[in-house]
Amino acid sequence: MQRTISFTLNGKPTRVMVDDGRMLLWVLRYDLGLTGTKYGCGEGLCGACTVVVDNQAVRSCATLVKDVAGKSVLTIEGLGQGGQLRPIQQAFLKHHAFQCGYCTSGMILSAYALLRKTPRPTAAEIIKHMDDNLCRCGSHGRIVEAIQEAAGAKERA
Amino acid sequence: MKLENDSWENEAIEADTASVSRRDFLALSGSGLFLFFWVGPLEAFQEPARLPARPGYPSDFNAYLRIGPEGRVTCFVGKVELGQGAMTSLPMLLAEELDVALDSVDIVMGDTDLCPWDMGTFGSLSIRQFGPVLRGAGAEARAVLLQMAAERLGAPVERLQIKDGVVTLPSTGKHVAYAELVQGKRIERHIEKVALKPVSAFTVHGKSPARRDGPEKVTGKAKYAGDILLPGMLHARILRPPAHDAVLKQVDTSAAEKVEGVRIVREGDLIAVLHERPDIAEKAKALIKAEYDRPQGTVDDRSIFDHLLKNAPPPQVVGESGSLAEGEKLAATIVEETYLNSYVAHAPMETHSATATIENDKVTVWAGTQTPFSVKQQVAQALRLAPENVRVITPYVGGGFGGKSASRQAVEAARLAKLTGKPVQVVWDRSEEFFYDTFRPAAVVKIRAGLDQAGRMTLWDFKVFCAGDREAKQFYDIPHQRTVSSGGWGGGNPAGLHPFAVGPWRAPSVNTNTFARESHIDILARKAAVDPVEFRMKHLTDKRMRVVLEAAAKQFGWKPAPTPSGRGVGVACAIYMGTYVATMAEVAVDKATGKVQVKRVVCAQDQGVTVNRDGSRQQMEGSIMMGLGYALTEEVHFRGQEVLEHNFDSYEIPRFSWLPKIETVLIDNPEVPASGCGEPPIVGMGAVVANAIHDAVGARLLQLPMTPSRIKAALQRG
Repeated sequence: MQRTISFTLNGKPTRVMVDDGRMLLWVLRYDLGLTGTKYGCGEGLCGACTVVVDNQAVRSCATLVKDVAGKSVLTIEGLGQGGQLRPIQQAFLKHHAFQCGYCTSGMILSAYALLRKTPRPTAAEIIKHMDDNLCRCGSHGRIVEAIQEAAGAKERA
Repeated sequence: MKLENDSWENEAIEADTASVSRRDFLALSGSGLFLFFWVGPLEAFQEPARLPARPGYPSDFNAYLRIGPEGRVTCFVGKVELGQGAMTSLPMLLAEELDVALDSVDIVMGDTDLCPWDMGTFGSLSIRQFGPVLRGAGAEARAVLLQMAAERLGAPVERLQIKDGVVTLPSTGKHVAYAELVQGKRIERHIEKVALKPVSAFTVHGKSPARRDGPEKVTGKAKYAGDILLPGMLHARILRPPAHDAVLKQVDTSAAEKVEGVRIVREGDLIAVLHERPDIAEKAKALIKAEYDRPQGTVDDRSIFDHLLKNAPPPQVVGESGSLAEGEKLAATIVEETYLNSYVAHAPMETHSATATIENDKVTVWAGTQTPFSVKQQVAQALRLAPENVRVITPYVGGGFGGKSASRQAVEAARLAKLTGKPVQVVWDRSEEFFYDTFRPAAVVKIRAGLDQAGRMTLWDFKVFCAGDREAKQFYDIPHQRTVSSGGWGGGNPAGLHPFAVGPWRAPSVNTNTFARESHIDILARKAAVDPVEFRMKHLTDKRMRVVLEAAAKQFGWKPAPTPSGRGVGVACAIYMGTYVATMAEVAVDKATGKVQVKRVVCAQDQGVTVNRDGSRQQMEGSIMMGLGYALTEEVHFRGQEVLEHNFDSYEIPRFSWLPKIETVLIDNPEVPASGCGEPPIVGMGAVVANAIHDAVGARLLQLPMTPSRIKAALQRG
């Protein structure tokens, strides 16, 4: 059913007129042009499409757009707005915690959600939280280091 | 190109580990190697004899670089950025030879209208094979600019100095910048036989600059082929058969046509549903009713190995010395085994993606590909256009690993753009990615080897079926040996050998050949009741291999003991196209469940001169992580020509919880030209884990992947 869905996107009030059976991923990428959120599997299995909804990391490929009505959605484009990178982004840069970069948006947003909830996670907590975010290039070790570094920063996440 | 000093000296080696303070790379080079570079006929682009020929690159250095009026240098390469870091490393080579500041160099990659031809980004060739081409272009340009500066400054070239793109006559302080000499124009002068910089003069090599793709990748600004959004663009979802070679009998698209905004096009076998939104196109596609005649193939992932042995092409001898009969006679113990590995998928996180548009009879395709220049030819052929009317632009590629050497999606997007008259985007879903992948071939290796009374190997008879012959040859000292190979990953196989396409998968052939060889060496060491590192050393005279093995053992803290020692430690050695690598691992095996946790991996590598130090480490770490997948879980299940893998629920790739402690050791070896680093560290992962599992629990795994059920079965066999 076509209807208007209102939510906060990267801090700004947003309204989209869409079929409410559509998944958030496609609306973000192709109705709103925010291509930083990636398609990887379409079934919530890889984490490339991760965004943060009301401080929780969610898989946008498996989240109905109608389910974010009235909520606050953060995508990679909303992180570090105004040219100032967030500590988690700076840590990814510093540790070269990516190769092809395709999983990186999802990794950063998953890590961001973790650090909001658990500002000083142990390595085991990081690994548990990140385990369903897949990376084929094998940057896992550097990603863990980057998250640990961001956790140690003054202004976390 | 001529290698004047190819002697190899131990003193020039320095193990540089993350924990050891980094010594100046330059301090290690002696007289160094001296390379001559001729810019001229293609024959002149010869590497030393042990490297393959390198055909086809343009000889005019202007194809590779342009000096802008403001002094910035643009580097043009046909290579693409797959994540391997070529965007960061290749400008280092140019800056080094041209004597300009690294941060004054910009790079344009994989655009067929702007960049010089390249065969493709694969085989760890960007540095090893293309590196000398780019360096040669930089060196010649520098020599020409120096000559122009000499004329401008009225002084002989010998008295001039260059730093950061400025030529100075020190005696007077007079100077002129490259940009002033060039005035934004193409450089018409050429000089032949320009020498490359000797290693001793390197200032950029061996450093670890920040990745150039970093800022875009951590902010979501990095564009991949599916992120190209064009006005009026349609997304295509293409009807796919349920199995390879299935033939469409009947199709009913009437229900799909009723979806608002949908267009359906058909040209031959290509039936596509198009819509402004990909998910709506997908929903409409699901309404299509199609019937197929399915092929009658019955081979599956269990029977495939017998099928391969029966249908493999005739064997070719790859290497031979001594006589097998003599080796057999000298042997007191013979060990014979058969090693198997299944089909493995590339599974890059970005599925095959392309966006195409046609304007004024010129097609532009943005493609996630490892081979933009081949794609250009394929698109031209499919659309019956002259190749100059096709431009392929390669944005960031979300992983390739060999799987994006084939880029059918780009041709699909171009055909659909022509059929619809609109820009079209094709992004495969994960199921299509598994279906059309060019898998690493399933393969069989049979080895018969012998030991004499003293525990020395006398016989090595190695037969590989269907993996390919790359690095199949033995490098341990065995007097009587033969290596034969039947079939491979690169074509030339009889029809029907494989039920679907196979192709290059990171370090093609060598994962299979190394798994078999290094497992078998371990079995022989056990028969000889000798520590597996000591056993290898006893049979190694190749100095480079001895050095990497020693370096790995030192970092690992290897304590000699015959296997199985119960500690769960293993070793594997390999050579990959000029790069030497030794890997050690420690594992824990849960005997009840058959589950393996790899706790620690140490990898030592000699890749000759190191260009980008941290970049090399990233490749080594990534190879180790990725290699755990084919070692432990990755296996394509299939029935006939139907691929049963559709997503990451059944096809399990490595994840965070698998992460071992990884330590990398780079051997500085400036006497040897830079070779590849992105593939060699993956080739030992099957064997090192197999050997460590054996050391832990005494079970010998002869088939990859080493799944819990196979480990439990091996434990029962004892």
